[in-house]
Order: sequence, then structure tokens, then C-alpha cells
Amino acid sequence: MSRVPLPYSPKVLELFRNPKNAGPMEDATVRAEAGSPVCGDVIVIYLKVNEDGVIEKASFESYGCAANIAAASILTEMVKGKSLRRAWMVSWKDVAKALGGLPSVKFHCGVLAVGALRRAVRTYYEQRGIKPEWLPEEPTLEERHALEAEELAKALARRLGVEEG
Amino acid sequence: MVPYFTELAYGNPTITHRPGWMAYETIQRVSEEVSRYIGAHTPEELNFTPGETEANNLAILGAALANRGRGRAIVISEVEPLSIMFASKLLKRHGFEVRRVPVDGEGFVDLDALSKLVDEQTVLVSLSAVNHEIGTIQPLKEAVEAVRDRNPETLFHTDMSDAYGRIPIDVSELDVDLATFSSYKILGPRGVGVLYVREGVEVERLLEGQIGTQRLWPGVENVPLIVGFLKASELMFREFESNVEHMRRLRDRLMDGILNEIPDTLLNGPRERRAPDNVNVSFLGCEGEALTIELSLRGVYVSSGSACTRRILQPSHVLTAIGRKPEEAHGSILMKVSRTHTTGDIEYVLEVLPEAVERLRRLSPVAGSGGE
Repeated sequence: MSRVPLPYSPKVLELFRNPKNAGPMEDATVRAEAGSPVCGDVIVIYLKVNEDGVIEKASFESYGCAANIAAASILTEMVKGKSLRRAWMVSWKDVAKALGGLPSVKFHCGVLAVGALRRAVRTYYEQRGIKPEWLPEEPTLEERHALEAEELAKALARRLGVEEG
Repeated sequence: MVPYFTELAYGNPTITHRPGWMAYETIQRVSEEVSRYIGAHTPEELNFTPGETEANNLAILGAALANRGRGRAIVISEVEPLSIMFASKLLKRHGFEVRRVPVDGEGFVDLDALSKLVDEQTVLVSLSAVNHEIGTIQPLKEAVEAVRDRNPETLFHTDMSDAYGRIPIDVSELDVDLATFSSYKILGPRGVGVLYVREGVEVERLLEGQIGTQRLWPGVENVPLIVGFLKASELMFREFESNVEHMRRLRDRLMDGILNEIPDTLLNGPRERRAPDNVNVSFLGCEGEALTIELSLRGVYVSSGSACTRRILQPSHVLTAIGRKPEEAHGSILMKVSRTHTTGDIEYVLEVLPEAVERLRRLSPVAGSGGE
């Protein structure tokens, strides 16, 4: 259980210090969340989607480490102006690459950010009763990871005998 | 320390040439002086090791294995350093039972529970004098007595790395059998520690090789580091009381400043009977690793018990054992003041810390209990 040496890239540190698109969005079309405070990792994504299904604005909130904040921030930059379909195609590896790389123990931060975004996209369509052809029936790895993080947290909470929160 | 690398005592102390002889005499001199600081009866009771981790492993594994004829159980607390926790796990593989004593919400060991866990099978008890994360000063004298009352043959080990130079220590008066000391934790060089082993106590070596001046740790001694350990000890003990008073004053200013000026904070560990250098606070709604980086960018270097700072991504076992919820442990920050810090240093921390916490809380969807 040694300490992680934090070889964070300059980009991660820059976005950690000066994150773009930080904060909740008043007029968001959809909001979705991934992770759990019990795990020390939460990302909330807000999207404002126009009538053509294009993301006009994206913002985030993060309770987590520097990589978590930077991943959420860069993802909101990456999907701005994209259609929901193209936003869906952004992978956690794209996020890691855009950040100039992530330490391996922090890959899950990229996965969690993408998981939150995909949950937002799925929620957007579910709320409208639409089922686009390209949207997979089954949750993707990133969405499952977000879920697993929550289940892991619940299991941990049970083991420690604390309330789930 | 530097001349010992080049001019003085660079020889192998087991060899009969002049540099070797100087090395031998240097180690003897350091052993004598350090034995006075810790209250050992003779310098031969000290064994230099490459550090606290090695000394703790030697104590746990070496003492248990040497005395396995007397029983197959050891007792440790829930809040021991990882070297003790993991060495105990290793003992399990050798067929030992490892019993763990719980602690209360401030990290104090439950003496009744300790007493009940000691029986005829118990060969060794290990309890740190001062907790390495939350600064709890254990009632060591009472713990030793509770153990002796149950089984006078049970050996008692204590890791004193966080106590040495911070609280008065006398291993003979405390009546412990084994005790660990670390150079690194008193601003000395890394790579050297001490295991005190009371005369007559059997400990098995963990490594084999040429035995020089150290009965329990083979290999050629690192004289410059051993001298560095002495130097750090001298600086700590030369004005022990004023050093402690200085640290305590800075600690109180830092601790009170944080708790009074930043909302949604929890002190981890006790207020009284706390090591004079230790501050450990949880900032609710603020993740610890992010806070360490935020502070580092402002020139303040602290550590955290958050899962994010650890490879296995689990929060500190010490904070979990005192009943902190994971989300409270994730926001924990450990700060140590030292005799070289100044009031100005503390005021600077108190100036930048509220801003750092506030910035991260603004980013966070998880508010502290009264944060919104």
C-alpha cells in the first residue's frame, strides 16, 4: 500500500488548477452522476442539448483527486459542439490521451468521466422515449465501471458497518 | 556525517585496520549515546537496522519465531504501522494466530480487551507508543502491566519511532522487551533505525551473512548513516523540553486555526495525550489527494489518508479503525510540525489552506455536513 508517486502531466496539473466548465448548470437538459463519495470519486456531468441533438454546453462537478477533476474538465471540453452520437464515441483512452497521459492507477478517473457522460446521454434518450439504433442495449464498460464503483462502495460500507451514503 | 563517507570510519568495522577500527569505535560511541537517550542498560541492547520497517519486521518475526516453543499467538492493535500489520500477516503463514485489539474513537487501545487477548499461547504483544497517523499517545505502562499480569513470559514490543524525541522515553522503566526507533522520523537520514532488544530476550535473525557489530543484522554497517542518526538525536535531545514546547505551540496554533477557521472539519485523534508534532484533520466534502496537490502547488507539503493516494485505493486503516467513514477518511490531511518550523510557516499554512479547501469544495457535488 505504498504511496502513489504522482507523475501527473502538465496538462492534468493545469486543468486541476484552472478547470474549464466547472460547476453545476442551471439550464441543463440532462444531468448524470458516476461514482460514490465512499470511494472518494464522484463526477457529475451536465449537458445542454439543442433540438438537433448537439451538445451546446457541458459542465461538471467533481469530488475526487486531481486526475478526476482534470478528466471531467477535459471531457466537457471534448464533447462541446459534438452530436450526442459522436460524444458517445469518446473513450476513456481518448480522455487519457488528451490529458497527456494518466498514471495507470488513475485510468479509472478517465473511465468514470466517460461513464458519467454516457449515463447522461442514455438518460437524455430514455427521458424522451427515444431509442437510437447506435445506442447499445447493454451498458458499456465505462457505464458498468461507474456502476461497479458504486457497488464496490456499498460493499465496502457494509463491510465497515457504516451507513450507505 | 559527510566526513564519515570519505575520511573517517569508511572502513569495515570487522577488519583490523585503522579505518575499520575507527568505524568500530564510531558505532560503539553512537550505541552508547543512543542507549542513554532511550534508557537502555547497555549499548549491546541496540541493533542498527536499515530503518523502522526492518526493525519492526525483525521484532515481530524474529521474536515470535525464536519463542514459538512457548506459544503460537501474537497480539497487535488495529492501528499499527503497515510494517507491523504486514509482518503479522507473514507470521500467520508460519501458523501463528494474530489477535487484534480494538481502539476507541481517539485511537486509544482498549486495555480490557488487550488483557483478554493475552493467554498462555501469547508469545508477543506489539503496540506503538505513539500512533504514526493520528498522534495518540498510548497508555504504554498500563498496557505492559496488563500483559504481564496475564502472562509474565509474553514479550512486549513497541514501535517508538513517532515517540522518540517527542515524549520522554525510558525503555527500562517502561519494562518493554523490544522497541523500534527511526532516524528518518526525527529529521535524520533515511536508511537507519534501531531495534532495542532487552538483554536475554531471544530474537531470530531474518537475514544471514557476516555478523559485524550488529548481532541481529548481518552485513557491513553503514557508519555515515548511523552517525547521522546520532546527530539528529543530539539536535532533538540537546534542548528536548524547549523543542517539544516549540512543536506543541506550533501544533496548537495550526490545529486550532484549522478547526476554528475552516467549517466542516474533524480532528482525527485526541486533543489531550497527543504527540506534540501531530495534526490530522478531515476536511469534509474535499478529497485529500486533490488537497495535497493543491497545497503542494503553494509550497506546503502534507500527506493524506485518502484512498486516492494509495495504490490499493483503500482509505487509511487507522482512520477506519477509529470509526471514520470512508468519505471522512478521504478528506484527511496529516501534517507534522518539527523543531525547524517557525510561527511564520504555520501562519502561511493557515493563510493558504482555507482558500485551497474552499476551491475544491466549490468544484465538488458532495458538500460537507453543513456546507450548503
